[in-house]
Amino acid sequence: MLVECKNLCKSYGSKIALNNINLNIERGRIIGLLGPNGSGKTTLIKILSGILTSSSGEALISDKPIGVETKKIVSYLPERTYLSEWMTVKQAVDFFKDFYSDFSEETAYDMLERLDIKPADSLKTMSKGTKEKVQLILVMSRQAELYLLDEPIGGVDPAARDYILKTILTNYNENASVVISTHLISDVENVLDEVIFLKYGCLMLHKSVDEIREENGKSVDALFREVFAC
Amino acid sequence: MPWSFNSTTPIYVQIIEHIKLRIAVGDYKAGDKLLSVRELAAEAEVNPNTMQKALSELERDGLLYTQRTAGRFITEDGEVIANLREQLAGEQLDMFLNKMQQLGYTPNEALELLKKHIG
Repeated sequence: MLVECKNLCKSYGSKIALNNINLNIERGRIIGLLGPNGSGKTTLIKILSGILTSSSGEALISDKPIGVETKKIVSYLPERTYLSEWMTVKQAVDFFKDFYSDFSEETAYDMLERLDIKPADSLKTMSKGTKEKVQLILVMSRQAELYLLDEPIGGVDPAARDYILKTILTNYNENASVVISTHLISDVENVLDEVIFLKYGCLMLHKSVDEIREENGKSVDALFREVFAC
Repeated sequence: MPWSFNSTTPIYVQIIEHIKLRIAVGDYKAGDKLLSVRELAAEAEVNPNTMQKALSELERDGLLYTQRTAGRFITEDGEVIANLREQLAGEQLDMFLNKMQQLGYTPNEALELLKKHIG
């Protein structure tokens, strides 16, 4: 098992963000982490990436407790970009190469070129969407075991979305899994194996996309709208 | 033939139908080698596991076969392909007759109408 969460809880003061999450994630899967705003998606991703600690319960990645060892095998794309504005693309690539032993410079430059992003381009002159592309390319250029992508396609245009999804599809290996949190369900639905629905910090559903379609005769997007109808 | 998917039936089922159709119309010919699972998945923009599941099922049905090192191929059994074609045609006929029945035609009346239409 790649990820195991046992009775995982997180509260911020009196606010409960994650409530007793029990979750297993196998290798070789692409998983959609879905839920309305404030349902705990980002909190779960941050705990798995080692940025937040849980209040109680346990989370293991590749049988190891979250820490330095798991950070080596987890590639995390945060909601907001953290690259410094003064950097050029090349400097950002060098930064990643320095930082992560599993980073492939070649993969990164190859993908950047296909999106027509030049190594000498400076981040501060880029649009929000282009910056997001650069960040995602850096994150996907690592040979990690677990990719945690928090809203990877929110800020980019539909054509780039397709390219990014293709990038995710072709760049993970059978030994690795990808967790994608997003609101754009219909855009990612076809590439997902499984979906996880979170609601008020509780795990509501963890099923394969095929099962959902077979049992409900509707898309994940339609089911989501039904389950989370306001 | 471009890949396109509806949002109600499982994707692997739709992949199976798509490949069957491509075999039936001769787009894939007997003995043709298929692309790898990953390549096909990228082409259809679906998950490799989903593609794998669909191909395994087609293999179970005898429409594809795997050669251990060389890859996956379309069956060379002409009879299997002929049967497939007939099965797909049968599905279309069922649909046609159903619709005609809804319009109040008996199968024989539908046949007469069809003859006149072609004639």
